[in-house]
Amino acid sequence: MNWTAVAAIYRFEMARFFRTFMQSFLSPVLSTSLYFVVFGAAIGSRIQEVEGVSYGAFIVPGLIMLSVMTQAISNASFGIYFPKFIGTIFEMLSAPVSFLEIVLGYVGAAATKALFIGIVILFTASFFVDIQIAHPGAMVLFLLLTCLSFALLGFILGIWARSFEQLQLVPLMIVTPLVFLGGSFYSITMLPPIWQKVTMFNPVVYLVSGFRWSFFGIADVPIMFSLLAIAGFTVLCMAVIWWIFKTGWRIRN
Amino acid sequence: MPAILSIRDLCKTYDDGFEALKSITLDIEEGEILALLGPNGAGKTTLISTICGITTPTTGSVSVGGHDILTSYRAARAMIGLVPQEVALEPFERVINTVRLSRGLFGKPRNDAHIEDILRKLSLWDKKDSQLSMLSGGMKRRVLIAKALSHEPRVLFLDEPTAGVDVELRKDMWDIVADLKSSGVTIILTTHYIEEAEAIADHVGIITKGELLLVEDKAKLMAQLGQKQIEVQVSEVITSVPDALQDHALELTPSGEALIYTYDTRAERTGITKLLNDIAAAGLILRDVQTRQSSLEDIFVGLVSGEKS
Repeated sequence: MNWTAVAAIYRFEMARFFRTFMQSFLSPVLSTSLYFVVFGAAIGSRIQEVEGVSYGAFIVPGLIMLSVMTQAISNASFGIYFPKFIGTIFEMLSAPVSFLEIVLGYVGAAATKALFIGIVILFTASFFVDIQIAHPGAMVLFLLLTCLSFALLGFILGIWARSFEQLQLVPLMIVTPLVFLGGSFYSITMLPPIWQKVTMFNPVVYLVSGFRWSFFGIADVPIMFSLLAIAGFTVLCMAVIWWIFKTGWRIRN
Repeated sequence: MPAILSIRDLCKTYDDGFEALKSITLDIEEGEILALLGPNGAGKTTLISTICGITTPTTGSVSVGGHDILTSYRAARAMIGLVPQEVALEPFERVINTVRLSRGLFGKPRNDAHIEDILRKLSLWDKKDSQLSMLSGGMKRRVLIAKALSHEPRVLFLDEPTAGVDVELRKDMWDIVADLKSSGVTIILTTHYIEEAEAIADHVGIITKGELLLVEDKAKLMAQLGQKQIEVQVSEVITSVPDALQDHALELTPSGEALIYTYDTRAERTGITKLLNDIAAAGLILRDVQTRQSSLEDIFVGLVSGEKS
């Protein structure tokens, strides 16, 4: 393993993050505060409690998931798409690095950024509501796996995309709707029975439910399903990346 | 001495059926400078990209320092530095960081003294903290060279290093190449500029339409293919070559003021003495005599146009 190369890519990618640190830091603080003003104060005053948890606290895991997923995808996809777009990818391809090392560098950096944002949101939320974490170990595991798997997904999108438009397409048209409809801001038991069934096809439901369970011990789906879902998703993304690098799809001529 | 770069029957055919490289075989010895000459689209960049791992070969093999570029790609690539034709740099990054990234990618531990040395040699040290987007085109090209040298390569590829750069940078580049050569680095450069190959290369390869027409020692190539001409200017305008001089293969310039004699420099007898005596005997008065060596450009144009016909 060329760990020096992994560290070099990681440092280079993190430098981009630190260049815009204030924006990276302020953006999640501001958006979390706005969510609390709108959902917590306006809607929360009417809903009050969901399954014994105050509505404000109930949405915290969903909020973190929403940002972590979108940030992991956008950071990883941009991270690998940009060198392709401006042509600096030649250096990665001509360096004595394996594809595993390239993925570790890019995905590691994107996952770190997403993790940082997740922690900032958690910290910001603690100013608005009382947060209790019933299963800290599970919470950390879910958070890390979500950062990792969605960064892997982002990496795949970055390799796949041939234009900035395509780069935005999947996060905007697929991931955001799935997250919003995945029980981030509500319990699926609040839906009509037919929609409760339909929503079970949304993979994000399992992640949000599992993550919420780690906070409050309440879940829409059994925790094992959630763990299997996130683990399965991570393995699937890894398999796709393995195939991409094996075939050189959209990378090498 | 075994070749540091060895290419055997290398072919590259793209998905659309375009044959960019047709069975290239080439050996380059350590420490030499090879200039690859060829028109646009000849396959120069494809050849370099394939050796460096950016493009996968269709058939054939390449080894660098005895390491196969596919089966021992780490060892092979670690020896190679590449300065690409296109100026591709992360616009918002700082000069020193992008150079450090290159060194790290090639698995070399951080070495600030080496990076400083390279940046100073390339007159980039003052700009080390500048954003790449703020640099001029020439400076960006220097950064690309600094990146390629950051990991102390043994084989350096320069793909059109002086395309579109000013005279000063071109001279600097030639000095850098000479420096690298003296430290034992093998250099392969592609160029459109024949004077560049003539000035710095030891060997010249001519490539066109994906085929390597020849690789030859530069001096030998020029001696082999180079012809010398002598232009004898006479004081009176003449309309045809005088009969007394018909034995010599002479051409008359359109203005009628000079006779041109082409001869082979390697021949035992060049025939110059007899020619000059015969000219004097024919009653012509010499005004001036000039000789001209055919340049690499003449050779190149001759070869490429010969290939076309």
